[in-house]
Amino acid sequence: MLDIRRRTSYLFLAIMLGHVILISAQVPTKSGPKVLEAAVLGVFADVQRATAAVTGVASDLWSRYVDLRRVRDENDVLRQQVADLQVELQQERALAQRAAGLQQLLDLRAQVSLPTLAAQVIGGDATPGFRMITIDRGSRDGVSRDMAVIGPKGVVGRIVGDPVARAAQVQLIIGRNAAAGAMIERSRASGVVVGGAGDPPLAMEYVSNLADVGEGDLVVTSGIDGIYPKGFPIGRVESAVRGPNLYQLITVRPLVDFSSIEEVLVVLVPPGPGGAEGVS
Amino acid sequence: MRAAGVLVAIAVALALQTTLARFTIGGETPVDLVLVVVIYAALVGGPVTGLVAGTVGGLAQDALSAAIVGVGGLAKTLVGFVAGVVGAQFIVTQPPMRFGVFFTATLIHGACFHGVYALIGPRGSGLPYGAVLTQALGNALVGVVAFQVVAMWPRVAERRRARGRLFKR
Repeated sequence: MLDIRRRTSYLFLAIMLGHVILISAQVPTKSGPKVLEAAVLGVFADVQRATAAVTGVASDLWSRYVDLRRVRDENDVLRQQVADLQVELQQERALAQRAAGLQQLLDLRAQVSLPTLAAQVIGGDATPGFRMITIDRGSRDGVSRDMAVIGPKGVVGRIVGDPVARAAQVQLIIGRNAAAGAMIERSRASGVVVGGAGDPPLAMEYVSNLADVGEGDLVVTSGIDGIYPKGFPIGRVESAVRGPNLYQLITVRPLVDFSSIEEVLVVLVPPGPGGAEGVS
Repeated sequence: MRAAGVLVAIAVALALQTTLARFTIGGETPVDLVLVVVIYAALVGGPVTGLVAGTVGGLAQDALSAAIVGVGGLAKTLVGFVAGVVGAQFIVTQPPMRFGVFFTATLIHGACFHGVYALIGPRGSGLPYGAVLTQALGNALVGVVAFQVVAMWPRVAERRRARGRLFKR
């Protein structure tokens, strides 16, 4: 009996609730939406917020920690893309640098009053310490022994040995057996720049203790050696101290970055003794 | 079977109500026949029958009267349930008792119906005491008469059958 009463009460309550819901669905609130919509939205907004948070955490866990296979594949693809792009970037950068180098070479060629020949470096130092490079121009192009080789920033070296038809060896001015007639541009004090000095790799010898040499002075070719045209920059004085004898101890930092030489100019006409001006 | 009878009774009451409403003056109907059927079914069948009848009758009335569907259903369900409980708990066999049940149930219905409309309606409308009281009287009268008619109906039918057998001889 009690059970029947309870069931009836529950049925009554359920039906009454149904009516209330039904009414609420049709009655607008003061703000606009209907009561049922507002109530349902109000309740469900919290439910949705909670479920969204839970699903967000679950999705986060899944995507960040569980479902890593796809991420791994994607990572591999991205790594490959990055590698390809890096190669591409390096190629572009190299092209740009080469273009810039060529532009500088063209500018230098315009400045140099002597006939020159552009050459490309095709080989490096065969024996460590000797500081030699090989260029792609040889006897067929008119290249011969002791021709000066210059770069956009300054003196590079000279042709040594007899060139072959399409190649020639260049002794860099920083090599241990290299030397060039030089002078301090500001004071015109003369001397000889020799390579293989260590760090910095150039030293300027035979400059009188009385000569005016200062740190940072520009050292240029003097042209007295009959190889290098006069006036090409070699480097800057890094230190100059009074020597024990008649000459100063001068170290010179070369202007040319010898680690990245790609194109050079070969001066086709030797200036000869006396040193004609090579730079206009 | 009882449920089907209740549904038929509600349908007939609705038909009569809509038909009679056309002839009432000023649009005010002094009797709610559907409510009478609901209270009657509740007194006879108990609270479950009362609330089912109230739900069906009220929703049907709401649907037919372009009102907020559920208000009449809510009021009639409440009345049906209460009347059913009263009919199950007390002996409601005498006409004055039935009159009182119909009268009170109609008042409760009116209070609930108009109260809900006062709460949710666009304009705050007060309780039409006069109309509710008139309807309560009308419903009580019709309800008591209905009980009497239905109670008398088996005896009338038996008399007719007996009279028929007498004429055949």
